[in-house]
Amino acid sequence: MEALLKVESVVKTFPGVKALDGVCLNVYQGEIHTLLGENGAGKSTLMNVLNGLYSPDSGNLLINGQPYIFRSPKDSIKAGIGMVHQHFMLVYNHTVFENILLAVSDLPFWLDKKKLRIRIKEIVDRFGLSIDLDEPIRKLSIGQQQWVELIKLLIRDCKVLILDEPTAVLTPQESDRLFGFLKRFKEEGRSVIFISHKMREVMELSDRVTVLKKGTTVKELARGEFDENVLAGLMIGTDEIPVWEREKKQFTENVLTIEHLFADKEKNMSDLIDFSLELRKGEILGIAGVAGNGQKTLAEVLTGLKPPVSGKIFADGKDITNADSRKAYIAGIAHVPEDRKSMGIAPEMTVDENLILKSYKEKPFRKFIFQNFKAIKENAEKQIADFAIKAGPKGTPIRLLSGGNIQKVIIARELSMRPSVLVALYPTRGLDMGSAEYVHKVIMDARKDNMSTIVISEDLDELLKLSDRIAVMFRGRITGIVDPEHTSREEIGLLMSGETVQ
Amino acid sequence: MIEILLFATIKAGTPLLFATLGAILMERSGVINLGVEGLMLVGALTGFAAAHTADSLFIGVIAAFFAAMAAGAIHGFICVYLRGNQIVSGLSLTMFGIGITSLFGRSFVGLTIAGFSKVEIPVLSKIPYIGQAIFNQDVLVYFSIILVAAMHIFLYRTKTGLYLRSVGENPGAADTSGINVGLYRMSAVLVGSGLAGIGGAYLSLAYTPFWVENMTAGRGWIAVALVIFAQWNSTRAMAGAYLFGGINAVQLRMQAMGTSLSPHLLMMLPYLFTIAVLVMATLRLEKGSTPEPEALGTAYDREDRK
Ligand SMILES: Nc1ncnc2c1ncn2[C@@H]1O[C@H](COP(=O)(O)OP(=O)(O)OP(=O)(O)O)[C@@H](O)[C@H]1O
Ligand SMILES: [Mg+2]
Repeated sequence: MEALLKVESVVKTFPGVKALDGVCLNVYQGEIHTLLGENGAGKSTLMNVLNGLYSPDSGNLLINGQPYIFRSPKDSIKAGIGMVHQHFMLVYNHTVFENILLAVSDLPFWLDKKKLRIRIKEIVDRFGLSIDLDEPIRKLSIGQQQWVELIKLLIRDCKVLILDEPTAVLTPQESDRLFGFLKRFKEEGRSVIFISHKMREVMELSDRVTVLKKGTTVKELARGEFDENVLAGLMIGTDEIPVWEREKKQFTENVLTIEHLFADKEKNMSDLIDFSLELRKGEILGIAGVAGNGQKTLAEVLTGLKPPVSGKIFADGKDITNADSRKAYIAGIAHVPEDRKSMGIAPEMTVDENLILKSYKEKPFRKFIFQNFKAIKENAEKQIADFAIKAGPKGTPIRLLSGGNIQKVIIARELSMRPSVLVALYPTRGLDMGSAEYVHKVIMDARKDNMSTIVISEDLDELLKLSDRIAVMFRGRITGIVDPEHTSREEIGLLMSGETVQ
Repeated sequence: MIEILLFATIKAGTPLLFATLGAILMERSGVINLGVEGLMLVGALTGFAAAHTADSLFIGVIAAFFAAMAAGAIHGFICVYLRGNQIVSGLSLTMFGIGITSLFGRSFVGLTIAGFSKVEIPVLSKIPYIGQAIFNQDVLVYFSIILVAAMHIFLYRTKTGLYLRSVGENPGAADTSGINVGLYRMSAVLVGSGLAGIGGAYLSLAYTPFWVENMTAGRGWIAVALVIFAQWNSTRAMAGAYLFGGINAVQLRMQAMGTSLSPHLLMMLPYLFTIAVLVMATLRLEKGSTPEPEALGTAYDREDRK
């Protein structure tokens, strides 16, 4: 059988970086093809070549055996290729409706909004989504934005669908729903190129896996030739997925006590309702729950980005809810935000600068009123080596990094402040297996030094592995706190849907 | 009295309205044009020269449109295809316009033509108080009013308008939807520049039917400011242009009546007012939202990451 889409030794260089170095890819009709590779391996770059956004330096692209050269995304669309980008291509000030219209291929010159609305509404309903068509994109949660992108792709009649890490910002339930659609497309004879770092998803979906490394293809495996261990081996270089023991600890002191907290309600975002919680010194507290149940607000209140409406927060027994010391205390709380692009980084600044974005005023990064460039550089070199960040040539603005590498910069920066409390939302979102593993290890090491961590995640595997306790949130409240060693996925699932056990 | 003032208001506001509409069109596509002043001057001189030579006002307006379009094409090419700095390019365009019109305009100083005359619209012009002021104007005034509505319909009711707005907001999103970003931006700059040229021609063909050096007297800059006041919206642009025109009319009237206020102070009024309104307009904005096209002023490079 001949491949529907064939990529032959494509090379693509950016100033100082060889992102693709002779990569090959064969996608057959009616299959789900997963691209696997560490952060910065060139997955998104390759997909952008297929999308007509990047023009390759050399190499061939064949569809049904015919050579193609894409001069623009328009050519790619014409050839039947559709794509959801890792970093969304949405018009933030426009409504959901207007954004979806951009993907309608037979849009008439005169926009009959009533008629079009009915059509779009039908599509949105068909995918079982509850999104207000008149809401501007900027008011949607990231998960909702992802769905708008998915709708834009799904309404196009494509032969090849490219999804670049679509599940990174979806809840497990939403991912399952998406997989349902993808499997249906496959049965219709369409092909899907899927990118994900989550082993469970890769195993569930893939008919074929291509592994990339440093811009080249290292392996192509058909179903039956791979299992979790084989893939893990290719990804992190060891044959076994490392299992590690967590040392038992006795917790005595509380670092944070939250009592009866209420926080204001934003549209579509659950607030906190009578929320109480204790965080003990040196513990890792996992917070499970479907996104949008107040986790984001909790993180923002704790890190001082949002004032609570009522309730109290105590640190080491002192009331810091409205006290001046709160500022000082917050300074010791690190935050890995949900939306890395808009909250976590200064996109135009270099990686070195982004790594000291919070500590630039402190020693050793400051010398009188000047910056100590030597210290800044040394710090950057160390972090880049420790976290294996692919940072490109010196002075590269951070926005040019791959998604996972941006996430690594944020985590490296937050942990390098040696915080007493770390509030991390989806800390390993978009990280490859090796890097996720490393971040887990760093958090565990910091636990030994008595750092307390609140890990907010939807990845139950991650929570079960890391946490000393898991609190489950539903609609702004805690429905239960469980011990990861004496609980089950089912119990957590029940709590996540609002049942109160105990 | 009110009728006369209203009449003068509309007349003074019309050149601004054309220029503002032109600038809105360009900025909606993501290109800032600080060359409006220069484009208006080019339009004013070419319009006057063509009308004088061909003895046809219509040809004058058409010539103004295309001359300004040609001047704007330079800006468009630099910003869209060479990805140059839009601010610098726009400023040079203004200086270019001032220079070239004073050079070629010398021989036209002192000449006169019969400017646009009033065209009375039956029935409507009989409405008490406002009838004569609004419905007994020249054709360019009517054209500008139609243009306001047409622009609104274009931007919000047509596919091309939606695409244009998307290009100005997020060219990456537009590009990946198969929209030709460069073509949209270039076309918007061309047509927008032409409209600014007509704004200039209104001055030399209707407002005061003669040519003098630098006759736009900063109106191009007011237009650039009015775009912000109008929040990139054509109907608000009309309100803004007439507001400025109105204060200008009152100010002229006061000078004519001989108040004791310094004429310099009076002449400052329209500008001061525009600034004040601008500040208030920005204060009233909903938190987190901005009517400004998100990609305004930035060049689009497909291979760059945002
Ligand atoms: N437009 C660009 N300009 C400069 N460098 C780029 C650009 N796009 C990608 N790169 C570089 O190319 C390399 C590959 O990036 P790419 O985004 O393809 O990685 P990826 O495999 O998708 O990683 P991730 O899993 O983190 O998303 C990175 O080093 C990145 O910095
Ligand atoms: Mg990527």
